[in-house]
Amino acid sequence: MVDTLFLGIAVLTIVSAIAALEMRSLVYGGIALMGTLGGIAGFFILLDSPFVALFQIAVYVGSIAVLILFTIMLVKRELIFQKKEDTKRRYAGIGLMLIVMISLGAVVFNSGISSITTDEPAVDYREIGEDFLIYYWPALVAMALVLAGSVTGAMILARRHDEVEDEVEDEQRTD
Amino acid sequence: MSNELIDFVIVSVALLAIGIYGLAVKRNFIRMLFAVEIVINAANLNLVAFARFLPHSGGQTFALFSIAIAAAEVAVGLALIIVAYRMYKNIDVADFRSLKG
Repeated sequence: MVDTLFLGIAVLTIVSAIAALEMRSLVYGGIALMGTLGGIAGFFILLDSPFVALFQIAVYVGSIAVLILFTIMLVKRELIFQKKEDTKRRYAGIGLMLIVMISLGAVVFNSGISSITTDEPAVDYREIGEDFLIYYWPALVAMALVLAGSVTGAMILARRHDEVEDEVEDEQRTD
Repeated sequence: MSNELIDFVIVSVALLAIGIYGLAVKRNFIRMLFAVEIVINAANLNLVAFARFLPHSGGQTFALFSIAIAAAEVAVGLALIIVAYRMYKNIDVADFRSLKG
Protein backbone atom coordinates (compact mmCIF):
# COMPACT_ATOMS: atom_id res chain seq x y z
CA MET A 1 0.00 0.00 0.00
CA VAL A 2 1.39 3.38 -1.03
CA ASP A 3 1.62 5.96 1.74
CA THR A 4 1.00 9.69 1.42
CA LEU A 5 4.65 10.66 1.77
CA PHE A 6 5.63 8.38 -1.11
CA LEU A 7 2.84 9.83 -3.24
CA GLY A 8 3.89 13.40 -2.43
CA ILE A 9 7.53 12.75 -3.30
CA ALA A 10 6.55 10.91 -6.50
CA VAL A 11 4.37 13.81 -7.66
CA LEU A 12 7.13 16.34 -6.79
CA THR A 13 9.76 14.31 -8.65
CA ILE A 14 7.77 13.67 -11.81
CA VAL A 15 6.18 17.13 -12.07
CA SER A 16 9.51 18.88 -11.56
CA ALA A 17 11.18 16.56 -14.12
CA ILE A 18 8.57 17.62 -16.68
CA ALA A 19 8.97 21.27 -15.62
CA ALA A 20 12.77 21.02 -15.98
CA LEU A 21 12.33 20.09 -19.64
CA GLU A 22 9.32 22.23 -20.49
CA MET A 23 9.76 25.52 -18.62
CA ARG A 24 10.47 28.44 -20.91
CA SER A 25 13.41 29.75 -18.93
CA LEU A 26 16.47 27.54 -18.50
CA VAL A 27 17.10 29.04 -15.05
CA TYR A 28 13.70 27.93 -13.78
CA GLY A 29 14.28 24.62 -15.57
CA GLY A 30 17.52 24.20 -13.60
CA ILE A 31 15.73 24.94 -10.34
CA ALA A 32 13.01 22.42 -11.25
CA LEU A 33 15.76 19.86 -11.92
CA MET A 34 16.96 20.47 -8.35
CA GLY A 35 13.42 19.49 -7.26
CA THR A 36 13.68 16.22 -9.17
CA LEU A 37 17.09 15.42 -7.70
CA GLY A 38 15.87 16.30 -4.21
CA GLY A 39 12.82 14.08 -4.72
CA ILE A 40 15.08 11.19 -5.64
CA ALA A 41 17.02 11.83 -2.41
CA GLY A 42 13.67 11.63 -0.59
CA PHE A 43 13.03 8.23 -2.18
CA PHE A 44 16.44 7.07 -0.99
CA ILE A 45 15.49 8.04 2.56
CA LEU A 46 12.20 6.15 2.19
CA LEU A 47 14.25 3.16 1.06
CA ASP A 48 16.29 3.27 4.28
CA SER A 49 19.44 4.38 2.46
CA PRO A 50 20.37 7.63 4.20
CA PHE A 51 24.02 7.37 3.13
CA VAL A 52 23.14 7.38 -0.57
CA ALA A 53 20.55 10.11 0.05
CA LEU A 54 23.15 12.38 1.67
CA PHE A 55 25.58 11.65 -1.17
CA GLN A 56 22.82 12.50 -3.65
CA ILE A 57 22.08 15.81 -1.91
CA ALA A 58 25.76 16.74 -1.59
CA VAL A 59 26.72 15.84 -5.16
CA TYR A 60 23.56 16.47 -7.18
CA VAL A 61 21.50 19.10 -5.39
CA GLY A 62 24.59 20.79 -3.99
CA SER A 63 27.20 20.83 -6.70
CA ILE A 64 25.81 19.70 -10.04
CA ALA A 65 22.75 21.95 -9.90
CA VAL A 66 24.89 24.95 -8.95
CA LEU A 67 27.35 24.11 -11.75
CA ILE A 68 24.44 23.97 -14.22
CA LEU A 69 23.02 27.28 -12.98
CA PHE A 70 26.40 28.99 -13.36
CA THR A 71 26.80 27.62 -16.89
CA ILE A 72 23.35 28.95 -17.76
CA MET A 73 24.43 32.37 -16.51
CA LEU A 74 27.38 32.30 -18.94
CA VAL A 75 25.05 31.91 -21.91
CA LYS A 76 23.41 34.82 -23.73
CA ARG A 77 20.02 35.91 -22.43
CA GLU A 78 18.12 35.23 -25.66
CA LEU A 79 19.37 31.65 -25.80
CA ILE A 80 18.07 30.95 -22.29
CA PHE A 81 14.52 31.66 -23.41
CA GLN A 82 14.88 30.27 -26.90
CA LYS A 83 12.69 27.32 -27.86
CA LYS A 84 13.16 25.91 -31.32
CA GLU A 85 11.37 22.64 -31.77
CA ASP A 86 8.76 21.77 -34.34
CA THR A 87 5.40 20.32 -33.40
CA LYS A 88 5.99 17.14 -35.39
CA ARG A 89 9.11 16.29 -33.42
CA ARG A 90 7.29 17.10 -30.20
CA TYR A 91 4.39 14.73 -30.93
CA ALA A 92 6.88 12.06 -32.03
CA GLY A 93 8.68 12.53 -28.70
CA ILE A 94 5.43 12.23 -26.72
CA GLY A 95 4.59 9.06 -28.70
CA LEU A 96 8.03 7.62 -27.94
CA MET A 97 7.60 8.47 -24.26
CA LEU A 98 4.22 6.72 -24.12
CA ILE A 99 5.59 3.66 -25.95
CA VAL A 100 8.50 3.39 -23.50
CA MET A 101 6.19 3.91 -20.53
CA ILE A 102 3.57 1.38 -21.66
CA SER A 103 5.98 -1.31 -22.83
CA LEU A 104 8.25 -1.11 -19.79
CA GLY A 105 5.19 -0.83 -17.52
CA ALA A 106 3.74 -3.98 -19.06
CA VAL A 107 7.04 -5.81 -18.54
CA VAL A 108 7.18 -4.65 -14.91
CA PHE A 109 3.58 -5.61 -14.15
CA ASN A 110 3.91 -9.05 -15.76
CA SER A 111 7.17 -9.85 -13.99
CA GLY A 112 7.38 -11.20 -10.48
CA ILE A 113 8.40 -7.83 -9.04
CA SER A 114 4.98 -7.16 -7.52
CA SER A 115 5.35 -10.18 -5.25
CA ILE A 116 8.70 -9.05 -3.80
CA THR A 117 8.31 -7.74 -0.27
CA THR A 118 10.75 -7.62 2.60
CA ASP A 119 10.70 -7.51 6.38
CA GLU A 120 14.44 -7.74 6.72
CA PRO A 121 16.43 -4.83 8.20
CA ALA A 122 17.98 -2.33 5.82
CA VAL A 123 21.55 -2.66 4.60
CA ASP A 124 23.98 -1.17 7.10
CA TYR A 125 26.35 1.48 5.77
CA ARG A 126 29.25 -0.52 7.18
CA GLU A 127 28.51 -3.13 4.53
CA ILE A 128 28.76 -0.44 1.87
CA GLY A 129 32.14 0.59 3.30
CA GLU A 130 33.31 -3.02 3.24
CA ASP A 131 32.11 -3.35 -0.34
CA PHE A 132 34.09 -0.30 -1.34
CA LEU A 133 37.29 -1.19 0.47
CA ILE A 134 37.38 -4.97 0.10
CA TYR A 135 35.57 -6.03 -3.07
CA TYR A 136 35.54 -2.95 -5.27
CA TRP A 137 38.74 -1.15 -4.30
CA PRO A 138 40.26 -1.36 -7.82
CA ALA A 139 37.05 0.18 -9.17
CA LEU A 140 37.27 2.87 -6.48
CA VAL A 141 40.83 3.73 -7.52
CA ALA A 142 39.82 3.73 -11.20
CA MET A 143 36.87 5.98 -10.39
CA ALA A 144 39.11 8.42 -8.53
CA LEU A 145 41.44 8.58 -11.54
CA VAL A 146 38.51 9.03 -13.92
CA LEU A 147 37.12 11.85 -11.76
CA ALA A 148 40.48 13.60 -11.54
CA GLY A 149 41.03 13.16 -15.29
CA SER A 150 37.59 14.40 -16.22
CA VAL A 151 37.76 17.47 -14.00
CA THR A 152 41.20 18.33 -15.39
CA GLY A 153 39.92 17.70 -18.91
CA ALA A 154 36.89 19.89 -18.28
CA MET A 155 39.11 22.73 -17.07
CA ILE A 156 41.42 22.40 -20.10
CA LEU A 157 38.40 22.32 -22.43
CA ALA A 158 36.77 25.38 -20.91
CA ARG A 159 40.00 27.38 -20.76
CA ARG A 160 39.86 30.58 -22.76
CA HIS A 161 42.34 30.65 -25.64
CA ASP A 162 43.41 34.22 -26.22
CA GLU A 163 44.84 34.69 -29.67
CA VAL A 164 47.53 37.14 -28.52
CA GLU A 165 48.75 34.74 -25.85
CA ASP A 166 48.81 31.89 -28.36
CA GLU A 167 50.87 33.97 -30.76
CA VAL A 168 53.35 34.85 -28.00
CA GLU A 169 53.61 31.16 -27.06
CA ASP A 170 54.20 30.21 -30.70
CA GLU A 171 56.91 32.83 -31.00
CA GLN A 172 58.60 31.58 -27.85
CA ARG A 173 58.50 28.05 -29.20
CA THR A 174 60.11 29.07 -32.51
CA ASP A 175 62.82 30.98 -30.64
CA MET B 1 7.80 -1.20 4.92
CA SER B 2 4.53 0.18 3.58
CA ASN B 3 5.74 0.80 0.02
CA GLU B 4 6.43 -2.05 -2.34
CA LEU B 5 9.23 -2.49 -4.82
CA ILE B 6 6.89 -2.07 -7.78
CA ASP B 7 5.93 1.47 -6.68
CA PHE B 8 9.53 2.62 -6.88
CA VAL B 9 10.08 0.81 -10.18
CA ILE B 10 7.01 2.53 -11.69
CA VAL B 11 8.32 5.97 -10.69
CA SER B 12 11.67 4.98 -12.17
CA VAL B 13 10.02 3.94 -15.47
CA ALA B 14 8.11 7.25 -15.59
CA LEU B 15 11.34 9.23 -15.05
CA LEU B 16 13.14 7.16 -17.71
CA ALA B 17 10.34 7.87 -20.22
CA ILE B 18 10.43 11.61 -19.44
CA GLY B 19 14.22 11.61 -19.91
CA ILE B 20 13.94 9.82 -23.25
CA TYR B 21 11.30 12.34 -24.35
CA GLY B 22 13.69 15.17 -23.46
CA LEU B 23 16.57 13.58 -25.37
CA ALA B 24 14.40 13.02 -28.44
CA VAL B 25 12.64 16.39 -28.59
CA LYS B 26 14.94 19.03 -27.14
CA ARG B 27 17.63 20.65 -29.27
CA ASN B 28 19.06 22.80 -26.51
CA PHE B 29 22.35 21.33 -25.25
CA ILE B 30 21.62 22.21 -21.59
CA ARG B 31 18.10 20.73 -21.74
CA MET B 32 19.56 17.53 -23.20
CA LEU B 33 21.94 17.41 -20.24
CA PHE B 34 18.92 17.79 -17.93
CA ALA B 35 17.31 14.82 -19.69
CA VAL B 36 20.47 12.72 -19.25
CA GLU B 37 20.51 13.57 -15.54
CA ILE B 38 16.88 12.47 -15.19
CA VAL B 39 17.63 9.14 -16.89
CA ILE B 40 20.68 8.53 -14.65
CA ASN B 41 18.60 9.30 -11.56
CA ALA B 42 15.90 6.87 -12.68
CA ALA B 43 18.59 4.18 -12.92
CA ASN B 44 19.95 5.06 -9.47
CA LEU B 45 16.47 4.86 -7.96
CA ASN B 46 16.08 1.37 -9.42
CA LEU B 47 19.44 0.26 -8.03
CA VAL B 48 18.69 1.47 -4.51
CA ALA B 49 15.13 0.09 -4.56
CA PHE B 50 16.34 -3.39 -5.52
CA ALA B 51 19.15 -3.14 -2.96
CA ARG B 52 16.54 -2.50 -0.25
CA PHE B 53 14.15 -5.26 -1.21
CA LEU B 54 16.56 -8.09 -2.00
CA PRO B 55 18.34 -6.94 0.43
CA HIS B 56 21.91 -6.59 -0.79
CA SER B 57 24.47 -3.83 -0.34
CA GLY B 58 25.65 -4.07 -3.97
CA GLY B 59 22.87 -1.86 -5.27
CA GLN B 60 23.76 1.02 -2.98
CA THR B 61 27.46 0.64 -3.80
CA PHE B 62 26.76 0.81 -7.52
CA ALA B 63 24.44 3.78 -7.00
CA LEU B 64 27.30 5.63 -5.26
CA PHE B 65 29.65 4.78 -8.14
CA SER B 66 27.02 5.96 -10.60
CA ILE B 67 26.50 9.29 -8.79
CA ALA B 68 30.26 9.96 -8.78
CA ILE B 69 30.65 9.13 -12.48
CA ALA B 70 27.59 11.26 -13.31
CA ALA B 71 29.27 14.20 -11.58
CA ALA B 72 32.31 13.78 -13.83
CA GLU B 73 30.03 13.50 -16.87
CA VAL B 74 28.25 16.74 -16.01
CA ALA B 75 31.55 18.57 -15.53
CA VAL B 76 32.76 17.49 -18.98
CA GLY B 77 29.33 18.15 -20.54
CA LEU B 78 29.18 21.69 -19.19
CA ALA B 79 32.75 22.36 -20.35
CA LEU B 80 31.73 21.16 -23.82
CA ILE B 81 28.72 23.50 -23.71
CA ILE B 82 31.00 26.45 -22.90
CA VAL B 83 33.39 25.54 -25.73
CA ALA B 84 30.53 25.04 -28.19
CA TYR B 85 28.96 28.34 -27.16
CA ARG B 86 32.27 30.10 -27.72
CA MET B 87 32.65 28.55 -31.17
CA TYR B 88 29.09 28.84 -32.49
CA LYS B 89 27.57 31.54 -30.24
CA ASN B 90 24.66 29.14 -29.79
CA ILE B 91 23.74 26.08 -27.71
CA ASP B 92 21.41 24.52 -30.25
CA VAL B 93 22.79 21.08 -31.18
CA ALA B 94 21.38 21.42 -34.72
CA ASP B 95 23.96 24.18 -35.33
CA PHE B 96 26.95 22.07 -34.36
CA ARG B 97 27.90 20.83 -37.80
CA SER B 98 31.69 20.86 -37.82
CA LEU B 99 31.98 17.07 -37.69
CA LYS B 100 29.27 16.49 -40.27
CA GLY B 101 30.68 14.66 -43.26
